[in-house]
Amino acid sequence: MTVWRRARHLLEARLAGPAVLAVQSRRRLAKLARKPAAPPFGPPLRASVALRGLMERYYLEGRTADGARPVAWITSGAPVEVLRPLGYYVVYPENHAAICGARHAAQAACEAAERAGYSRSLCSYARTDLGTLFSRTTPVGRVPKPDLLVCCTNICQTVAGWYRALAHELRVPLVVVDTPFLQGGERPHDRTYVRRQIEGLAEAAERAARRPLRLAALEETLGRSQETAALWGECLEQGRRRPAPWFGLESFLYMGPMVILRGTPEAIRFYRALLAELRERAERGVAGVEGERVRLLWDNLPIWSELRRLSDLLGRFGANLVAATYTHAWSDCADLMQPGDPFDALARTYLSVLLNRDLATRARDLAAMARRFRADGVLFHADRSCKPYSLGQHGLREKLAREHGVPGVVIEADHSDPRDVAWEATANRLEAFLEGFAPGSGR
Amino acid sequence: MTDGRRVGIDAGSTTWKAVVIEGDGRVVASRVEAAEPRVEAQTRRVLDELLGPAAGPRPPLGATGYGRRRVPDATTRITEIAAHAGGAARVVPDARFVLDVGGQDAKAIRLGPGGRAVEFAMNDRCAAGTGRFLENALARLHLDWADLERTVGAAARPARISSTCAVFAETEIVGLLADGVPVSEVVRGLVEALAERLAALLAQVRPDGPITATGGVARNRALLEAIAARVGWPVRAAPEPQLVGALGAAWAAGR
Repeated sequence: MTVWRRARHLLEARLAGPAVLAVQSRRRLAKLARKPAAPPFGPPLRASVALRGLMERYYLEGRTADGARPVAWITSGAPVEVLRPLGYYVVYPENHAAICGARHAAQAACEAAERAGYSRSLCSYARTDLGTLFSRTTPVGRVPKPDLLVCCTNICQTVAGWYRALAHELRVPLVVVDTPFLQGGERPHDRTYVRRQIEGLAEAAERAARRPLRLAALEETLGRSQETAALWGECLEQGRRRPAPWFGLESFLYMGPMVILRGTPEAIRFYRALLAELRERAERGVAGVEGERVRLLWDNLPIWSELRRLSDLLGRFGANLVAATYTHAWSDCADLMQPGDPFDALARTYLSVLLNRDLATRARDLAAMARRFRADGVLFHADRSCKPYSLGQHGLREKLAREHGVPGVVIEADHSDPRDVAWEATANRLEAFLEGFAPGSGR
Repeated sequence: MTDGRRVGIDAGSTTWKAVVIEGDGRVVASRVEAAEPRVEAQTRRVLDELLGPAAGPRPPLGATGYGRRRVPDATTRITEIAAHAGGAARVVPDARFVLDVGGQDAKAIRLGPGGRAVEFAMNDRCAAGTGRFLENALARLHLDWADLERTVGAAARPARISSTCAVFAETEIVGLLADGVPVSEVVRGLVEALAERLAALLAQVRPDGPITATGGVARNRALLEAIAARVGWPVRAAPEPQLVGALGAAWAAGR
């Protein structure tokens, strides 16, 4: 790490960059105040400006991070808390791939990976990530090279192969945290097994950063993650109001800081402001979708490339997504991140994530969510790229409909690769489902 | 203009259908044409032919099918699921289950009170198990829809066709013909493969009574029998099955 690189990183990422972004944010806020609402959607959230600023700053910081500070690439559900106290800049390839998806850059990236021999059956996040690495093209400018790769198998087994491919391409050490699938509850040896691996991760991260990890700093970071998750959970709770004060598809965007910045003071500040705004809207009776007629749940990742058309379609039927298993998965961990023994808390937390739990647990959680949020129906996105999430959805749909009287529809698409989204067929199925609640609305 | 008259248009992926009904539900005019690329132009032309050139107010117009958003001046637009459910309930008053096999998709529908779709299942995003699958395969064999029944009847046994993928089935057909399998057995194999797929679709709405078949493919008795054998309930074609969607759209326009 050269002095020059550190100086440049300090100047760009900490001084000049944030100053420019602050001016931009003020301009955007002023513009937002003048912007009329786009019916049937409620007025835009002021927090959207903060969100954009936060994400821009995060990616700006990344551009000059390598060589200036340790850099790790990490899966969304990995114990990032051990890296932050060591000064790591942390890249989330999944978040980066989602941004590529939303900005319609995923297809080109996937094709680049396919040209390199990766199968089209592979997750489109993995293909997008590898593709941007090969083509050196990304909508975020530049992604820094890692010193360490960290992958946790609690979200899927694909990450193990994906990160091994990254380790091969980038020639950097890889740490895999293997989490046994929880069939029913957690067994004592599950936690010991994961805990030991996280301790091993800490050692590897210390070596790559050439610094020791202070336990007090780890506890502090864990405390901040816990607070972030609790605040995010409170934001999502606002969806229980009738009408819900925000449009649920937006929550997929607002969960960004929870994933990539958990454990940082910025994330806490952001969610405090978002929560205050949502509460204030709820008290004033502001609706995410005016004249809310249908309250829906969403299961699985979003279809990043189709957020706009999906919004329009839902809006036509006066339908709001009031909760989603995907966004709530990031608030459930708040109770598990208890202080005292940070490695034990991390092992518990990362073992218990949604996708590492059996279908019976998922069915129970989904039914409870439908009840708490007074949902009229469920949209199940059968995501071609995310097999662990999509497996069992037809059964979940039937169980929810028969045992709890909440109907659902399964739509087939992909979270990121637009070639696997047949919008007309998807829209047709959604409209037919929504006609059942609001006849004659689909004009 | 007769009081209560209304029009229903089903702008499908393969065919374009229209019906004109009176207030009492009597069909006074209908039309089935191959779908043209421009739904707007086709609609205007046929409506002028059916109703006379536009002067004064036109009757309410309900549109359905993939092209429904491009049907000009529609007063109501509904999905094919709602249209086939509503239409089938009109022509077969005791219908409780509907199977619509369209050009590019197939739907199984469970009907509720008033002909509302309370549950439905559709084929996934490819054309497997749809009218297009048979159409492609028949074209490969130089056969016409009209030949289908006779050809199936002539087959001693069905050839085994494992793929209902519209593309891969064609590859299989080439192989079977090369092996000297008679055309009639290949066609019967195709019908059986399609029936298998449609029976699986129907199972998703758990039929416990007779099934009403709609859409152009419903005119094929051999197919309906093959489905019935699998689901254990009779599968009967609705009267004028190809017009059921348009009829449902016409009724929806009058609501």
